[in-house]
Amino acid sequence: MLQDPSLDGRFGEFGGRFVPETLVPACQELEAAFRDAWADPAFRKELDDLLRDYAGRPSILTECHNLGKQLGIRLLLKREDLNHTGSHKINSVLGQVLLAKRMGKKRIVAETGAGQHGVASATAAALLGLSCKVYMGEVDVQRQALNVFRMKLLGAEVVPAVSGSRTLKDAVNEAMRDWVATVEDTYYAIGSVMGPHPYPWMVRTFQSVIGQEASEQCHTLLNGKDPDVVVACVGGGSNAIGIFSGFIDTKARLIGVEPAGGAAVGKGMPGVVHGMRSYLMQDEHGQVQEAQSISAGLDYPGVGPEHSFLSSIGRAEYPSVNDQEVISAFQVMSRSEGIIPALECAHPMAWIIREAPKMQGQTILMNLSGRGDKDVAQMMEILDGQI
Amino acid sequence: MSTDIGTLETYLRKKRSEGHKLVVPYITGGFKGWIDAIRAAAANGADAIEIGIPFSDPVMDGPTIQHASELALRAGATPLSILHELRSVDVGIPLAVMCYYNTVHHAGHERFAHSLREAGVCAAIVPDLPLEESGLWCAAADVSGIETVMLAAPTAPDERLPRIIERCRGFVYAVGLLGVTGERDTLASSALTLAKRLKAITDKPVLIGVGVSNAQQAAEACSIADGVVQGASVMRRLIEEDADAVGDYIAEVRKAVDQC
Repeated sequence: MLQDPSLDGRFGEFGGRFVPETLVPACQELEAAFRDAWADPAFRKELDDLLRDYAGRPSILTECHNLGKQLGIRLLLKREDLNHTGSHKINSVLGQVLLAKRMGKKRIVAETGAGQHGVASATAAALLGLSCKVYMGEVDVQRQALNVFRMKLLGAEVVPAVSGSRTLKDAVNEAMRDWVATVEDTYYAIGSVMGPHPYPWMVRTFQSVIGQEASEQCHTLLNGKDPDVVVACVGGGSNAIGIFSGFIDTKARLIGVEPAGGAAVGKGMPGVVHGMRSYLMQDEHGQVQEAQSISAGLDYPGVGPEHSFLSSIGRAEYPSVNDQEVISAFQVMSRSEGIIPALECAHPMAWIIREAPKMQGQTILMNLSGRGDKDVAQMMEILDGQI
Repeated sequence: MSTDIGTLETYLRKKRSEGHKLVVPYITGGFKGWIDAIRAAAANGADAIEIGIPFSDPVMDGPTIQHASELALRAGATPLSILHELRSVDVGIPLAVMCYYNTVHHAGHERFAHSLREAGVCAAIVPDLPLEESGLWCAAADVSGIETVMLAAPTAPDERLPRIIERCRGFVYAVGLLGVTGERDTLASSALTLAKRLKAITDKPVLIGVGVSNAQQAAEACSIADGVVQGASVMRRLIEEDADAVGDYIAEVRKAVDQC
């Protein structure tokens, strides 16, 4: 099992609670409420029921025979793309919004990159009767127009973040500024395993359902064996930590694939932003750098602190792939398997395609954390007749 | 070298004992005209100056200071360049810096504390470094004789305030409202409520900051608190006008608080 953080919210030397004083009591209250809820069978049952009857869990495991044959590997996909709302984000959001209700909060704020967490938040808020405001970088509002409209249809207010790089990092800043002002009646639903303690741990706990299911499914399919490699994309890293959680005690290599333009673990150094100490892309003066990725969901200069920890102890590896490799993998997967992946998930696919010659005969489990519908318009523009 | 004015706290206590309310303007370091603005503020009755070291992700700041920070960064300001320029500034009142924790973390605690000392800075305010995370920085700051101003917020339960005050040096920064820096039409009632709670349990100077938006609100805040920190209303004048406008504004605030 993945270790719980220390009492001060650390995974090794990463994590913590670096927030304005105004938010400290709220983080403490949230931690207590989460511990209490997670220990309460009634809360767990309510969440499990929602995950089964509303989100459609368990998600299936699909073997990719065509790609497997082409690449000389055995390729398994954990199909989080088939969840309600189209990604793994719903797992955490249902838990968090249930918790918000239990805490008596009336309102949800969330940040979103590609819009998947925003859509999931808007969905859960609609279902459970809370109001919802989603901050989204202005650049992402443009490249993910479909998700913006979905959020609005679901009754959420979408606010473009116009500061800084106008992407996910700035959406987080705006959501935190909102929360500082509204903390008394508002719950901040963070979309990844990032932010101040207890968020990285809490979101991981909600996402660990991916790894639990995948572990059982692999055992059935592989006659009690584990895959050789478990791979997922990493922006903040919630889908990766979710699937890693089922294989941390096995011999499987754990691979978190970062975008080349947002490789916090690969190119960053320890820093503190958004409430946590973690690897962070920053310049020589400690200014946070702007990430540059084709994928709005991975366009983030930081990473969840537990990934920094897993990297520091050598348990997980964090290679990166570039946008060209991603565009190619997006098409390969669509044509070979009839599955259009989210651009985020084209990252681990690109890594598998690149590394397959070194993994001949091995079994690779990839977390397909979201579907590509949201990216079709952007890809139409990028491919512009080359298809 | 700066005039030896002692520590920020001894200076503010002395001023207070003379029946004086404390006016502390905030000025974004590296912003066009910032050194002139420091001089103008000091010449017009400021008791100390808080100098902001601009950061790429200022989560406690509203649009005005965000904008000033962005412009300063674009103009090439760095923590080093700002501290270097401060060395030649001697305005006879204490200087404090406000910086986000990554600036400290990146430089290294000891090195950063030492560089503040070298620049003639008395104190540091680190708004995203709450009590529980402040140990390493405070230890390094103490060694270099840098006073760490802690923030107290309206959301703090009663048992938390004394622990914040105990670790606080210089003055207690009472966060006037739930929210980020920026001008508001009225002074939030939370400002006076928090100042009352703090004044009841400490004799350290208590200054209200965040949302103290004009001279009249400063005077209102000083009916309970020992003084005010004002940022957005100062920076708006520097952004839209110039250092002289900052000086005029500080004179106006000075006059208003002296009458209360």
